[in-house]
Amino acid sequence: MAVERAAEDVFPEGRLYRRRGLAFVLSWARQHVLHSLGITMTALVVAVALLAPLISPHDPTLQDSKIRLSPPAWAEEGSAEFPLGADNLGRDLLSRIFYGARVSLIVGICAVLLAGLFGVVLGLLSGYLEGRFETLIMGIADAQLAFPSVLLAIAIIAILGPSFGNVLLVLTISGWVIFARLVRGTTLSVKQTDFILASRSVGAPDYRIIFRHILPHVVTPVIAVANIQVGQMILAESALSFLGLGVQPPTPTWGGMISDGRVYIWQAPWLSVFPGMAIVFTVLGITYLGDWLRIVLDPKY
Amino acid sequence: MRDYVVKRILRSFLVLFGLSLAVFALLSISGDPATIMLPPEAPMSEVISLREALGFDQPLHIQYLKFLARAVRGEFGNSWQYGLPAINLVLEFFPATFQLALAALLFALVVGIPLGVVSAIREGSLVDALGLSLGVVGRAMPSFWLGIMLILVFAVNLKVLPTSGKGELRHLVLPAVTLSTAFLAQIVLLVRSGMLDVLREDYIRTARAKGLQPYTINMRHAFRNTLIPVVTMVGLTFGRLLGGSVITESVFSWPGVGRLAVQAVSARDFPLVQASVVVFALWIVLANLIVDLLYAFLDPRIRYG
Repeated sequence: MAVERAAEDVFPEGRLYRRRGLAFVLSWARQHVLHSLGITMTALVVAVALLAPLISPHDPTLQDSKIRLSPPAWAEEGSAEFPLGADNLGRDLLSRIFYGARVSLIVGICAVLLAGLFGVVLGLLSGYLEGRFETLIMGIADAQLAFPSVLLAIAIIAILGPSFGNVLLVLTISGWVIFARLVRGTTLSVKQTDFILASRSVGAPDYRIIFRHILPHVVTPVIAVANIQVGQMILAESALSFLGLGVQPPTPTWGGMISDGRVYIWQAPWLSVFPGMAIVFTVLGITYLGDWLRIVLDPKY
Repeated sequence: MRDYVVKRILRSFLVLFGLSLAVFALLSISGDPATIMLPPEAPMSEVISLREALGFDQPLHIQYLKFLARAVRGEFGNSWQYGLPAINLVLEFFPATFQLALAALLFALVVGIPLGVVSAIREGSLVDALGLSLGVVGRAMPSFWLGIMLILVFAVNLKVLPTSGKGELRHLVLPAVTLSTAFLAQIVLLVRSGMLDVLREDYIRTARAKGLQPYTINMRHAFRNTLIPVVTMVGLTFGRLLGGSVITESVFSWPGVGRLAVQAVSARDFPLVQASVVVFALWIVLANLIVDLLYAFLDPRIRYG
């Protein structure tokens, strides 16, 4: 019996193999409930954002005064045509939530990429060069950590005006610090190792030491932090949109939808409930995914 | 200790200097105020004379020094919306923001610290599950949405608390809970993980081996040592609570500086924006300074480090 079992393991065939594959996935998922939840939730949000034009029942900007503030399908006066109801301008809420996923994800990911790029480069340089450059960069980082980023964002957008690019700018300015500090710390400790000393003694130039020998050590912690930061950036973007300083209408954003729906909290509470649930769902999924990534990427694990 | 205090105070001034540069730079790139203040059909001679009157024809460093001299005296000009000195408006609205931030901080500490401690001591229990999920969900939730949901439940459906305004204690409950949730979540996680780390230390095992009461071990030996990172975070959080107050005040129509600043931004009322940013910044720098000094007092390693 045991021998047959072993043979199956080594030479899996056809259906048997597939079932084992699925069984493997299921048993992994049972052991890592939160991690598989995170992967599924994030994948779902990404799929919705990508497929928004295909799966949305209506045009998210199309206004129809006949259906103004109509309730979700399960309410008494709801209709299946507008599953989550319609907003104050008669736009389908579900379609707007689907399209809103696009702004949230694009802004979240782009902001983290930009902030990560600046943060990693500045962190590498200040950790490697030390001295005055490090004092300057870390001084700016400390000053910025002490200052609420919402206020900074508001001040900048007050002057430059709200737009997609300026939202990215503001989020990048407030987001680079965490990367710079993380990378600087790692760089400082990697610099002490013997292989850096070795490559320096054979005459490797600084840029080669930084990018070929130090950078790879920094990548793992940066990816883990970057993932969590995507969630935080999505929250920040929604707050900016809520205050009317984010990506401007008619582009649907979750924060903007909550802000619009707030006025109708007495008659149509679903207008603010559902977009908020979308935000929580997305950020939670990304958090759990990040938790999993952190463990998978940890070389000590 | 004295060296540390002096160094720390100098650093605060450096931060303020950097901040003044940032505010000035923002104002400079915001464009020529003469063209904003005058109607578009105004003749060029008028634009030039206004520019001279406002001092915008001078070199940048002179402009900066003048700006600094005015900022130090709290002169940011009159608010374009209210026609009153911007700084007076901000100071008038400040106590309300302070009250809200303080209430939120107290709520987070009073609920968060015990929850974190119990979660760690009873790791894996129901309380721990509650603490952990509060910690995770609290950080994944936009505060403005939480505020609206609280309004929906307690004001619209249960009708037990007011939706907005300021006055009695019951007006404070929803805004304070809203503002504190993200911070509360962080406190729970921080205290929990700190406690768990300390409980694995050798000296805790020694204390157990000596036969000390679990209460004494947990409180006197373990809890005390988790407090230091909490103090640091309280300091950093003062800034974040203020940032959060911008949003919370907008949700609950709380008459504080946060809401004032948002209104000033949408009305493009630059003197008021400047004054509120500077007052906020001053408070944050001061709070951080106090916490750092307190921190050095609590932990001798920092004083001599």
